[in-house]
Formats: sequence, structure tokens, C-alpha cells
Amino acid sequence: MSRRPPDPVQVVKQRRDAALRALADRVPYVGFLGISFDRRGDELTGVLAYDEKLIGNPYLPALHGGVTAAFLEVTAIISLSWTMMWEDVESGLLTLDQLEAGELPRLPKTIDFSVDYLRSGLPRDAYARASVTRSGRRYASVHAEAWQDNHGRPIAQANAHFLMPLRED
Amino acid sequence: MCADKTELARQFIELIPQARALGMDILQIEDGVAVIRMPYDPALVGDPDTGVIHGGAVSTLMDTCGGAATMAHPTSPGGTATISLRIDYLRGAKPGDAITARAECYHITRAVAFVRATAHDSDPSQPVATATGTFTVEPRRPEVTS
Repeated sequence: MSRRPPDPVQVVKQRRDAALRALADRVPYVGFLGISFDRRGDELTGVLAYDEKLIGNPYLPALHGGVTAAFLEVTAIISLSWTMMWEDVESGLLTLDQLEAGELPRLPKTIDFSVDYLRSGLPRDAYARASVTRSGRRYASVHAEAWQDNHGRPIAQANAHFLMPLRED
Repeated sequence: MCADKTELARQFIELIPQARALGMDILQIEDGVAVIRMPYDPALVGDPDTGVIHGGAVSTLMDTCGGAATMAHPTSPGGTATISLRIDYLRGAKPGDAITARAECYHITRAVAFVRATAHDSDPSQPVATATGTFTVEPRRPEVTS
């Protein structure tokens, strides 16, 4: 019994990075906030690059609570879509050409979003990760957390529910 | 005295860099109620397939409006920060339409303000989102804490 040999590492990385770019780069609001994603294997970390326009309280100064919420929501949506796409990217069902042309499944829609503010967001970069608690055919539940200098001292956390895009299969 | 506080709250909101970046316009701010409008901007789109504004921008509008309503409450000393915010997205806002949020601080204690808010596009009879939030009640310019 012969097994297909694994793809060379460059091919695997090229496909995964193209998938991530296709996902994040086509959402204008992700660029508006200055969010990028760092990828290690299948794990994504959102990076919110500090900019003066993200401030919500100029006297402290502190990041706008809405920006922190938006950062968590963006990270949750991109991470959820990424999880949804992962198998098709790995199997090659979604080809590099399709990914580079931005031919992707529709994005999940946010049903509700609930954020807890734990600490004031300082005027510097922030990071966020999301974990999909449960993902069914129609609904998904996602938890996300944001931090700055110390991962152990999160600035905010969120829980959200999403309506999943209809799949044709 | 109350008019002064309203004016201070208005000035504070107008100085917020993120509120300016989103083009927010204060339509009303008095007695624990704030109404703020955010124009449509293609840079805020969250779903490139439909052109619908990202929920995150709606969150920022709701949060700003909730904070403004808290600061404009007659018994508020004037400072606030968000403790929690929950938003229900009822439907996508129509692409091209401005979104207007109305927040009301319906209860306030010495420490906490309770707020509810609604946002709509050009059709006020069909809200796009509703929110509830809790906000801190604090002096106007709190010291920076670590």
C-alpha cells in the first residue's frame, strides 16, 4: 500500500499563507484598524499595531473600548473562517489559484458579541487569539482574548455567536 | 450646571481620535441620553461580498454612545470607562447608509452606570443592532493606574 508523499514544506506554507492573506486582506475594516495575523501551523494570533487614531481616552491615554471589541471580533471571525477552511486548504481542494483570486467561502455573520473589559488598553500593540468552542453546520460559539505586554494579564475577553455560511455539499 | 456638563461631554467626545477617524457626529447629548451618527465609509466594510459595515465599527459607535450617555447623566461626575458591552446584530446595515445610535443611561449608582442602546440605518423602524452595557462612574480625569 503506497501513501502519497507529503508536499514539500514550501508548498504547504505557500498554500497556508495564501489562504490567510486571501481571508484577511480582502476585508477593508481589518486594514482600517491595522490588524495583521501571525501564523504558526494552524494557530493564528491577531496583531493590532498601535496607532494614535485607535485612542478612545486621550487623557489616560487608552485604546478605545470599541477598538478592543472590534479587534476581538475580527480575530474571532478570521479564526473561525480559518478553522472552517483548514481542511480544504490542506487537502488542496481549495487551490492556490483560487486562494490568490480570493475565491473563498462566505464569512460567518455575527449574531451577538459580548465583551468584558479587564484592564485599560495601553497605547501600544495588542494581540488576540480566538478559540472555537463549538462549530456546527449553522451556528458557532467562539471565545477570544486580547492582551498587550503580558499574556497572563489580558485587557479584554469576549464570547460571540456566529451564523455559519451555507455550504453547498 | 447641567448644560455645562453636556457641553463638556460633547467636547470630550469630539476629541476622541477613534471617534474622529470614524467621522462620528453628535446629534444629541443631554440628561443621560446620547445620539451619535456615523457616516458610511467603504473603509469600514466587514463583508466584501455585500459591502455591509463591520460589526466592530458598530461596536465602537455603541460604546462611544454609551459612554457619552453615562457622562451626560445628571448625577455622573463626568468620567467613565466601559466594564462590559453586549451587542445583538439584528441585521446588516444597508450599504451606503449612515448608522445612528441612541444610548440611554437608565440607571446609575455611585460606581456603575447601566446603559441600553439601539442603532439603525436610514430606516429607524428596523434597528440594525441593540446593545446593553455597564460603565464605570468616576471623576472626569482619573489618574493613570498600572
